[in-house]
Amino acid sequence: MAKSVKVYSTPTCPWCIRAKQFLQENNIDFQNIDVSGNQQAVDELMQKSGQMGVPVLDIEGEIIVGFDKERIKQSLGIL
Amino acid sequence: MQIYDLIIIGAGPAGITASVYSARKKLNFLVISLDIGGQAAWSGDIENYTGYQFITGPELAQKFHEHMRKYDTPLKENEEVLELKRSDGVFLVRTNKSNYSSRSVIIASGKRSKELGVPGEKEFKNRGLTYCATCDGPLFSAKDVAVIGGGNSALDAALQLVKIAKQVNIVNNTPALGGDAIMRQKVEDAANVAVFNDSQVISVTGDKFVSAIKIKDNTGVRDLSVQGVFVEIGLVPNSAFAGDVEKNGKGEIKINLRNETSIPGVFSAGDVTDVPEKQIIIAAGEGSKAALSAFRYLAINKF
Repeated sequence: MAKSVKVYSTPTCPWCIRAKQFLQENNIDFQNIDVSGNQQAVDELMQKSGQMGVPVLDIEGEIIVGFDKERIKQSLGIL
Repeated sequence: MQIYDLIIIGAGPAGITASVYSARKKLNFLVISLDIGGQAAWSGDIENYTGYQFITGPELAQKFHEHMRKYDTPLKENEEVLELKRSDGVFLVRTNKSNYSSRSVIIASGKRSKELGVPGEKEFKNRGLTYCATCDGPLFSAKDVAVIGGGNSALDAALQLVKIAKQVNIVNNTPALGGDAIMRQKVEDAANVAVFNDSQVISVTGDKFVSAIKIKDNTGVRDLSVQGVFVEIGLVPNSAFAGDVEKNGKGEIKINLRNETSIPGVFSAGDVTDVPEKQIIIAAGEGSKAALSAFRYLAINKF
């Protein structure tokens, strides 16, 4: 079973673009949550990660702040 | 260890353009960079890059990236160069992950945001305090924010934020805002902007997240209630790893008209250099010049 992946992002953040591109290149399905102008999503992001930077990845409950390629690879078992 | 013809340090407008020229000259080269697009990727609206009457920073960075990828350029991404030195006639580039060597080097490592150096800055980084309005601005919808600085990057940040935030307070430590007149006009015309000139930030305060900043002017100290702080007080060159290369007082790498540094075989381009104007289009042009100079150097020195 593939892990559920959520990406909290804004349309303009370069690292968000890179993170989403990386997931796409590795054929990982994910739900993109655009937090811009969405207070509920911002609150969720702050509560889950304890901070306000994007991107934040929620991989089946594992919270990864920033485009941390190595941790994302490890968490998703990408070689 | 493989010896490359050329190593390009940095993948902003200068480094990427150098990579395109190097690929077309069929050099055996490598690009090492912490990120892609450099400061261009963090810019808001760009209206002065010829050929694009309007493009956003992230979009232009994406175009640069695509252009580089077209040539299957070998790229070490998320890798930081820690040291550049010369040994036995070749250059050694040590990063946080590995070591590389080459016959020539282009330093195009750009600049990074300068920090305020006040209490609370480190604690609240990414907890309301940020150095990137383009990235994090949209999180501050209908909130009160402060932009620290008074130059073009501060104006750019403020112009992005007036569309998102409730109130934008600009805290500027000089008597009047600087930057381009056209941008200054747009900021002054915005209904939800307050400018605090001759004012210094003393501290950033809050609980889990930012709730206020303390600012000081000649009338005294006051608290500004804000949930977001955008630091835009200028930049410092990423040149510390190039210890042997001659620099100016600001730490910028000195270059001549051919992008040569004080060390033969080491070239430099873009915002990390002492070229007076820092513009995306200038950095790109300088990157092409540096690549052509490196190509000429390699041809003349027939390794």
